[in-house]
Amino acid sequence: MNELSMVYGMGLAALLFLLGFIGVVIRRNTLFVLMCLEIMINAAGLAFIVAGARWSSPDGNTMFILIIAVAAAEAAIGLGLLLQLQKRFRTIDIDAASEMHG
Amino acid sequence: MSLLVFTLIFPLLGAITLSLFPRMSYGAARTIGTASVGLAAFTTALVAIFWSAAGGFPFIQTLWQWIDAGDFQVNFSLYLDGLSLTMLGVITGVGFLIHLFAAWYMVHDLEGKPGMARFFAYMNLFIVAMLLLVLGDNLLLLYLGWEGVGLCSYLLIGYYYETPANAWAAFKAFIITRIGDVFLAIGLFLLYVVFGTLNIQAILHAAPSVLAQGGTLANVAALMVLLGACGKSAQLPLQTWLADAMAGPTPVSALIHAATMVTAGVYLIARTYGLFLMAPAVHELVGIIGVVTLVIAGFAALAQTDIKRAIAYSTMSQIGYMFLALGVGAWQAAIFHLMIHAFFKSLLFLTAGSVIIACHHEQNIFKMGGLRKKLPFDYAMFVIGGAALSALPLVTAGFYSKDAIIWEAVANGHGFLWAFALFGALITSIYTFRLIFVVFHGEAKTEAHAGQGLAHHLPLAVLAVLSTFIGAMIALPLDDVLPHDMAEASHWVELFFEILAALVALAGVAIAAVLFLGSRKTVDTVVESHQGQRAWQLFHGGLGFDTLYDRVFVRPFRATARAHEKRDWIETIVNIVPALTRGANTGLAAGQSGRVRAYAMIMFAGAAVLLALLMFG
Repeated sequence: MNELSMVYGMGLAALLFLLGFIGVVIRRNTLFVLMCLEIMINAAGLAFIVAGARWSSPDGNTMFILIIAVAAAEAAIGLGLLLQLQKRFRTIDIDAASEMHG
Repeated sequence: MSLLVFTLIFPLLGAITLSLFPRMSYGAARTIGTASVGLAAFTTALVAIFWSAAGGFPFIQTLWQWIDAGDFQVNFSLYLDGLSLTMLGVITGVGFLIHLFAAWYMVHDLEGKPGMARFFAYMNLFIVAMLLLVLGDNLLLLYLGWEGVGLCSYLLIGYYYETPANAWAAFKAFIITRIGDVFLAIGLFLLYVVFGTLNIQAILHAAPSVLAQGGTLANVAALMVLLGACGKSAQLPLQTWLADAMAGPTPVSALIHAATMVTAGVYLIARTYGLFLMAPAVHELVGIIGVVTLVIAGFAALAQTDIKRAIAYSTMSQIGYMFLALGVGAWQAAIFHLMIHAFFKSLLFLTAGSVIIACHHEQNIFKMGGLRKKLPFDYAMFVIGGAALSALPLVTAGFYSKDAIIWEAVANGHGFLWAFALFGALITSIYTFRLIFVVFHGEAKTEAHAGQGLAHHLPLAVLAVLSTFIGAMIALPLDDVLPHDMAEASHWVELFFEILAALVALAGVAIAAVLFLGSRKTVDTVVESHQGQRAWQLFHGGLGFDTLYDRVFVRPFRATARAHEKRDWIETIVNIVPALTRGANTGLAAGQSGRVRAYAMIMFAGAAVLLALLMFG
């Protein structure tokens, strides 16, 4: 993989990350927030894969597997929270759970 | 001789017992309270006998070391010499008689209400404090007694504390004497810095070599002691509290505000006379203060309607004579007048108390009148006391003590002070006999029931005997303590001035008789005229010192306090701290919105900033 393709790969990762972030910030539906979080995590994973391919190192792959595992755990917890949210507030609007304000 | 400490222990035990059992019966409280002081008086007599038998040398009884902090060492020591023995005799002797009278008086004054034990506990405690004051061999112990008598004075003026006016009078006495005490404390600090000790004899001994004659240091130290004495002895400019102090029971007025505590200032100046010899300007001031006070208080006494207030102003005036004596260097005459004054003034106060009880708590002299027939005993006592106060010639003790002062003033070359003192003597006999004529002569205006019993008659009779020339025959052992009175003049000159003073006193009686015996038409016309009204108001209020102090000190202070209550710049600065904290709290609390999306945004912004710093920083 040459340098030029790495710039494209990294650019794609950054773009995905930014899109995911925008989604997290502007969406109020908790399900979409969780999905956007997945996109951000996968953008990070993509960055590791691109870097691993650029320097022909297995570290990038290792990190990607770790990130996948973290993402799976996060999805499980996130869905659990989503269920609790629906159960207690009868809505999945994430702003409804803003009682811990100062 | 080591019995000396028992003069303190007996009243102290009495005070403790009485405070521990506040609900004891009238009889028990009276017995304990009176007996403790009686034992102290008996001990004093024994001490006096042993002391003079041993040659009359100064005797020091060290009880324990009080303070031991580095170089600062103070012993709890009692010092007995001629001066403290004289004071000891007055305090325990007159004190015992007054306690005995109080045992009669308080039963009629309390009329079954509780408080007898409290009264005698305060009185005994006062005796303890007063004895400490005169027996202390160092200024710190003297100061302990000084504050102790101030406290007891406060407690006893406010004894009937249910009436707010009495509590205010107690406050006033406490605060004004405290101003004097602050000056005395400053004087003590100064003396310790200069002399390195507070032992009175050591200071007196070292004064001529350490202090420069008339130097600033000597003047300031003496002035501080003088102001302290002025506060306690109700002299100008700290005299306003004494008339209001009459709110206390009458035996209190007799013991504390006539015979003993108010003369503590005289004792203090006599005790530290060496200091005043080194500061001639301040020494001169003592006499001037005395003369001004005696004239002002005399005028005020002329216009009082309350029998106790009139006697209170006369006390102020008589202490003015003592200050005059101190100021002209007649040290021994001052102490002699102190003792004689204690006799006749407590006689006058106790008789006034007896009259007040006889007239059912009436204190206004214009509502009494004509009591001569109903209260012949009180009449005789009051005339004897009043005659001594006016210094009627030959038969009264006051003649020998007061005219000695007036004579010393002129003999020591203070013609100006002498003229005022003589004028004061005239006023003294006018206001004294005004009291006698208004209260005991004229038409009867009230019912009166004469006091009965030994506790009523004995103290008055003994004090009456002491107020005559018999009391003047007591020779005080002061020659080794205080300098001899310096007056040197031919016998005939002295005789001339004494006859003059005697004539002035008699003239005062004659003027009082013309003005107040019979219909009192002249006085009424004068007082009812416009100027007369204003003058009467002025004299009645003690020549406006209360108003003056109110205008000069109290009102500006309160106005300043009120003005700065809201906009005080120091407080503005202090308030910045809480304002900052509160502002930061509001800002940070607003950031804590509770919205997850906002937190994510802030986290991202933070990460972006960090990243930017890593890349470009």
